[in-house]
Amino acid sequence: MLVLGIETSCDETGIALYDTRRRLLGHALYSQVDMHRDYGGVVPELASRDHIRRVLPLVAQVLEQTNISLEAIDAIAYTQGPGLAGALLTGASIGNALAFARNIPVLNIHHLEGHLLSPLLSDPAPDFPFVALLVSGGHTQLMHVKGIGQYKLLGETVDDAAGEAFDKTAKLLGLDYPGGKLLADLATQGQPGRFRLPRPMLNSNDLNFSFSGLKTAAALLINKHKQKASTQTRADIALAFEDAVTDVLVKKSITALKITRLQQLVVAGGVGANSRLRQKLQHHLAGTGIVVFFPELEFCTDNGAMIALAGALRLQQLNEKPPGSDGSFTIKARWNLEDL
Amino acid sequence: MNIIALDTSTEYCSLALWLNGNIISREKLAGQRHSELLLPMLQTMLTEAGVALSQIEGIAFGAGPGSFTGLRIACGIAQGLAFARDIPVVGVSTLEALAQQVDASRVLAARDARMGELYFAAYEKMETGWFPVHAPLLCRPETAPEVIGEGWTGCGSGFALHQSVLSKTYSENLQQIIPDCYPHAREIAQLAAIKFANGEGRAAEEALPVYIRNKVALKESERQR
Repeated sequence: MLVLGIETSCDETGIALYDTRRRLLGHALYSQVDMHRDYGGVVPELASRDHIRRVLPLVAQVLEQTNISLEAIDAIAYTQGPGLAGALLTGASIGNALAFARNIPVLNIHHLEGHLLSPLLSDPAPDFPFVALLVSGGHTQLMHVKGIGQYKLLGETVDDAAGEAFDKTAKLLGLDYPGGKLLADLATQGQPGRFRLPRPMLNSNDLNFSFSGLKTAAALLINKHKQKASTQTRADIALAFEDAVTDVLVKKSITALKITRLQQLVVAGGVGANSRLRQKLQHHLAGTGIVVFFPELEFCTDNGAMIALAGALRLQQLNEKPPGSDGSFTIKARWNLEDL
Repeated sequence: MNIIALDTSTEYCSLALWLNGNIISREKLAGQRHSELLLPMLQTMLTEAGVALSQIEGIAFGAGPGSFTGLRIACGIAQGLAFARDIPVVGVSTLEALAQQVDASRVLAARDARMGELYFAAYEKMETGWFPVHAPLLCRPETAPEVIGEGWTGCGSGFALHQSVLSKTYSENLQQIIPDCYPHAREIAQLAAIKFANGEGRAAEEALPVYIRNKVALKESERQR
């Protein structure tokens, strides 16, 4: 079964072709990050205006790359939510019209389900069940993943997402937008131990997170040193910040593994690309028998491959192929993963 | 030629089939439910007309100006249908569609652009079609551009909202005002048939909304003062 995936929930247009037998056949991604940089953040209307320019050219590109004709596609999977309403509607309109016109089924995919399943694009891939740490600019959640569509929320952030805290702190450090990655780069120059920032909710007896207080603590520290903030000082602060965030993410992930008694941890989402987080997890889990899986770096950000994959897995799970789309669709800007 | 035309630039969802010059059209008050309604409505119309999607040779859509989200629903659906069937698309101005609807010789078409502004255009009917005396633009009601001569018909939601200001500006030009009209796929189909005949059909991926309001956010460098 060949599935075309369409992702347009935020500021990345992603298109991919996934085959249940041959796995990922091809994918293409266009990031709008350069456009939004001048605005200091994602402008939803501009994001939507860009998606409608990109989707079909990327579809054409992937079809050409893979030498597959549109007629060969068995179903269309698109991101129905959560995300920016206008951006979601753009991908939804094109995807649903394609499915309607070709009389093939359409699969409404939850963006975070795509992220959760993205390590299945790699080799070796985890088996169900596993614990997933979803960390991005919009989300910080620990999920118990029992199977396709069986997700139990173990804990989540009560305020800012980890990636959001990274980006906001980076801005305070005078780094370009989006600064999360740049902050991590700067932190590699940092001197360990010079500053220490709080690890919020580290010892709370649950699996929830909070990053807004940490961001404020970092802001105070940055302001205190503003007059004489050398590159070294900024790097030291960046390191202290990154250390605090990753410590909390690691500790809570390990607790989640203990509570669920599961042996596999999957890390997904943009912050999953952070190398300090990756190193710490590998280090803490070494010798425990627990295996940690990360998506390929290119699938940590939003992408079409994870949507095509989630669609293909959902299609496989059904006993019979669903009917062709009747063309009626809605998007879900807010959508709880547990409601799947 | 057989054409599907669609418009979701207002709170209405309208559709039309142009079947070698015969028009069938339909509309529903959709509010914000255009995405739920449009394609099922299309299927019903095709079935009732006994026409298969494979017999359709072009897709037309209300390209704007209008609700940004609405324009993208129509454009996205037009793109998807056209790409899947490998047929051409034309975008039709919603203001020109208003002119076509009131069917006067000289038309001032104005739609509410919110923020106290209007989308405005002026058209004169020529043998070859509508000539844009003023192509679609964004303006405040007080600064709507001048037109010359008498016998103009003012139409659209812009006239409903700013009737007093516009009546004053165009006191020497206006013959009548038709405020309660909205762009409809029926006229989009008529205009599209001409455009397709003129070779204005484009590949699906080239079909884009025409927003007119192009400045929608301030860059950080523009926010200083």
